[in-house]
Amino acid sequence: MEIKVANVAKEFGETAALRDVSLTVRPGELLALLGPSGSGKTTLLRVIAGLEAPERGLVFFGGQDATGLPVQKRQVGFVFQHYALFKHLNVADNIAYGLRVRERARRPSKDEIARRVSELLELVQLSGYERRFPAQLSGGQRQRVALARALAVEPRVLLLDEPFGALDAKVRKDLRHWLRDIHERTGQTTIFVTHDQDEALELADRVAILSNGRLEQIGTPDEVQDRPQSPFVLSFLGDAARFEARVAGDKVLIGGKPVPVDAHGHGDGEVALYSRPWQLRLVSPVGAHARGVVAGIRRVGGSRRIEIHGAGKDKVEVETSLSIEPALGEEVGLEILGGYIFPVG
Amino acid sequence: MTSVLPAHIRFRRASVIPGFGITFGYTLLYLSLIVLLPLAALVVRASSVGIDGIVAATLEPRVLGALKISFGISFIAAIVASVFGLLVAWVLTRYHFPGRAVIDAMVDLPFALPTAVAGIALVALYAPNGWIGALFAPFGIKIAYTPLGIFVALVFIGLPFTVRTVQPLIADIERELEEASATLGASRFRTLWSVLLPPLLPAILTGFALAFARAVGEYGSVIFIAGNIPYVSEIAPLLIVIKLAEFDYTGATVIATIMLAISFSTLLVINLIQAWARRRFGNA
Repeated sequence: MEIKVANVAKEFGETAALRDVSLTVRPGELLALLGPSGSGKTTLLRVIAGLEAPERGLVFFGGQDATGLPVQKRQVGFVFQHYALFKHLNVADNIAYGLRVRERARRPSKDEIARRVSELLELVQLSGYERRFPAQLSGGQRQRVALARALAVEPRVLLLDEPFGALDAKVRKDLRHWLRDIHERTGQTTIFVTHDQDEALELADRVAILSNGRLEQIGTPDEVQDRPQSPFVLSFLGDAARFEARVAGDKVLIGGKPVPVDAHGHGDGEVALYSRPWQLRLVSPVGAHARGVVAGIRRVGGSRRIEIHGAGKDKVEVETSLSIEPALGEEVGLEILGGYIFPVG
Repeated sequence: MTSVLPAHIRFRRASVIPGFGITFGYTLLYLSLIVLLPLAALVVRASSVGIDGIVAATLEPRVLGALKISFGISFIAAIVASVFGLLVAWVLTRYHFPGRAVIDAMVDLPFALPTAVAGIALVALYAPNGWIGALFAPFGIKIAYTPLGIFVALVFIGLPFTVRTVQPLIADIERELEEASATLGASRFRTLWSVLLPPLLPAILTGFALAFARAVGEYGSVIFIAGNIPYVSEIAPLLIVIKLAEFDYTGATVIATIMLAISFSTLLVINLIQAWARRRFGNA
């Protein structure tokens, strides 16, 4: 189902949690709400669920205004970061809860509920765990039960609040793939909140990046990575070094030397140039775009990260092959192979 | 350390805090001197009349009546105190309102008040010419000097127990549980009944057990309001005092022993139910 949020604003006391946020979630889409803590991503999710009432703005479910609809009637599936399983109910009863609390006319029969529960348990790969209590499950298993419980009510949209936040790295990764898999099988419109950019970029069809209660950018993982619309988006999605540069005509110059970056749409004058570690190359200091001193060397998987001081505005990170190993304190030059420019601000 | 005992009954575990021996010894000594010894003396004294004597004393109509009144009314009063205690604890924990701290402190008043003071105050209120008693008098309902009066006094003294035992658990309820229930379509009442109440059950039972135990033993506040009519509103502790006043020490200890036995078995049963509830509903 299409979910639309129009000009939603929400304040908690004096602080604005959401300022004029509008976005549309397409039917069957898996959308990530990405942002640092305090960016308003969880608040937005709770507004969509009906757990939080917006001060201004509207929420639409499939073209229907759902802003005033109480949470009980919204038919959303919500998965909480800390699972929120009912500890006194076993796995099967937890999953069946949403079906059992329906009024008599809409409540499925006992057999139908049992059938649905075993179907869902199979989907989340927990068949045989019906009689277990939440305390007897691992974190990853609990989160899968929570997901099954949310799916049991055939929600119009599935909402996940930092679903993997409380799990360790290995389980996180497994569950990520598994969630993607479930999404493909059920075609359920899904919105999930995360502060982990890798998780968002790997899992989602589209990513909405929030900062300070504003929507910074929404797009496919490729779009937000290749065409970041603000320095915030760019630096939130990964390391980037900042340089001071100038636009002159259709050229971007740094220290008077041209850089292979498109100046399209920027007038002449000062700009900020951001480059990813793989858009930089170590060269000899003579005639380089920038110069600095090697301050640290780290190995990251199959490549090396060289930290250089004095070359850019803050520290600069360069990705190199393992064969290149400069000495600490050595003066090196940087060649800029690409980057993104933004007005100085 | 090698031990001849099986692993599960090993006494000592390495701990950062020393002094297991001395504290355990003190615990045993204290319990023996303060609790077990007097109770043993009571049972020994009572058993001087033999089993037949105890049975005969119990079946004496006046004693039987007093025991029925004591345990019966205590039971009902503890149930009522549990219900209202839960309500009070809920309001005090979940809502913030002006004067909350004052009301919270007032819950402990029945604890702190000398029971005789409570008794006199209750009589003043519930006597036919008292503020509340006067409201009921026109309908022919007498509260003071009847079993109803005993009930009122016992609810009064039981309330702090039931409030204080559930309060910390209510404070610990995760908001997310309620929200999860709501997103799944449950009404507020359903959420309360199916999600919030079951985990509180062990604590409610504990509160009930404490209120019940206290009510059975309550003397001061009850004798003022009860009227103390034999067979109607005479409680067992009062009967003990009467026997003592008549120098019938054995008679008094026999009643006391019976009360001890009933109280002990009641608490045992409640404890078993509690243990079951903790496994079933608690945060196992």
